[in-house]
Amino acid sequence: MHRRDLFSYYRWLVLFAGAGICLLPLWATVIGGFKSSGDLRTNAIGLPKVWVAANYLSILTDSGFWRMLWNSAFITFFTVFCTLLVSSMAAFTLAHVHFAGKRWIANYLALGLTFPFPTAVLPVFIRVRDLGLLDTYWGVILPQVAFNLGFSIVLLRGFFSELPKELFEAAFMDGCSYAKMFWKITLPLSRPILATVGVLSLVGSWNSFLLPLVMINSDKIYPWPLGIMQYQGQYSTDWGRVLAFVTLTMTPAIFFYLLAQKHVIAGLTSGAVKG
Amino acid sequence: MIGKDIRKRIFGSGKVTAVLLFLPPALLLFTMFVILPVAEAGFYSFFNWNGYGSPEHWINLDNYTRAIKDPIFHQSLINNLLIILVSTLLQVPFALWLALLISDRSRASVVFRAIFFVPYILAEVVAGLIWRYLYDGDYGLVAMIYGWLGKAAPHPLAERGWATAALLLVVVWKYFGFHMALFIAGRQSIPSDILESGRIDGAGRWQLVRSIILPMMRPVIVLSLFFSILGSLQTFDVIIALTGGGPLNSSHSAVSYLYTFGIQRMRVGYGSAVGVVLFVICMLVMVFYRRLFMREKEGS
Repeated sequence: MHRRDLFSYYRWLVLFAGAGICLLPLWATVIGGFKSSGDLRTNAIGLPKVWVAANYLSILTDSGFWRMLWNSAFITFFTVFCTLLVSSMAAFTLAHVHFAGKRWIANYLALGLTFPFPTAVLPVFIRVRDLGLLDTYWGVILPQVAFNLGFSIVLLRGFFSELPKELFEAAFMDGCSYAKMFWKITLPLSRPILATVGVLSLVGSWNSFLLPLVMINSDKIYPWPLGIMQYQGQYSTDWGRVLAFVTLTMTPAIFFYLLAQKHVIAGLTSGAVKG
Repeated sequence: MIGKDIRKRIFGSGKVTAVLLFLPPALLLFTMFVILPVAEAGFYSFFNWNGYGSPEHWINLDNYTRAIKDPIFHQSLINNLLIILVSTLLQVPFALWLALLISDRSRASVVFRAIFFVPYILAEVVAGLIWRYLYDGDYGLVAMIYGWLGKAAPHPLAERGWATAALLLVVVWKYFGFHMALFIAGRQSIPSDILESGRIDGAGRWQLVRSIILPMMRPVIVLSLFFSILGSLQTFDVIIALTGGGPLNSSHSAVSYLYTFGIQRMRVGYGSAVGVVLFVICMLVMVFYRRLFMREKEGS
């Protein structure tokens, strides 16, 4: 009895300490955006002595901030959409259509799982420039989709090939074409794995930094991770402003996480395991 | 086996169209933006080239010898090694410890799991900037704590050695939640009757962990270490946001070195050579790690 009590104290102590370590930096950031410069020097975690709304307001009323979020939303949407479309088509073919060279193609595409992106970034820059896509959304979207294909196809193909064979045989009998099978049978039955791939590519694209850093020059189409670094460079130790900016840019991600918490955790981890 | 008219249907069911329509987009994108660039990085690495025109000035292995002789590059690789060591020896055990405390399905455990995962979903640049503030020394947490003690605060990000140590802490903070979630999934997949029979045999909590739970979690631990090594080798965003590689280029990783000395200065050949070194290291790690620990996976 006594030992069980002791364990439970120890457990709660560790858990609350861990939660504090995770959340305290975020709290300091959110609340820091409301503080004056003097306050920020001495009082990192308490409530502001005087609430300053100017930092948040100046960012929220700046059209540049909203444009950045729009840029990121655009890039992320099309990255996720194209990743799902292109990889599910390929995965369907590799799972359900029999043709010569299939194994070879599957192995070729799976190479993408192992390649570190930074190795390719300079040649990708040259290619994007030669295609005239430098400084455009698609200069970021296309390479992102390409680097997502490895894990997406492996995940989708694994799931597709475990769908019940009888369904497809019955569809054959009814004279259903492959294209129709893909739209009417495979995709509707594969929502969980499509969600996993979607979450992985969504989070990756929303947060991505190196690729847009290399491909995009004009701040008109900066996605937010570039914008935040530019803002920090501009105001460097005016931390009230920078913290407000950080808070506002992390809000969409936090909201998304709170709404779809289970899917996000499952997607980001189970995707890794199966990939 | 298949009747004539069914075969006809299959053949007429758009097989050729499916293959010719469904595969090419993936193959084209993948070849253009993944396979060719990696091969091109190998090719460009033998040139002195600023990216304009075509690469003409062949310089053999000069880019590689220059990188290998550069003390900043050495420091970057050492920092990568430090990140690997901290990730595998501190972060992963820490994540495992927490995971075992919250792997039941109680409400409290679900809430704590959600909290511990929060740092992982933040963008790396966000994590970097938040900690840049906390470490600032004139502002933030470090300043506050030293203020309480009545001492002048240090500026950890401005001091060689300390900047890298500060970076290591941020890496642990940012990524432990991912490993914890892997471990929770692994722990929950252990059938409860095995644990029950252990309990009936009189095994204590610690004995259960040592002789049943950890051995059964071996595959997920092996996987988690694998991710933490490969992830550590590619650390970049968080460094740029936290230290920018400074002070005096002491806190770079291989990738932030590649960015700073290859991409920013448009030295395509040199940057490619650094990229190839990174590529080779990753491949070696992967092959050796698989050989040593992941043999069971080869069968499937």
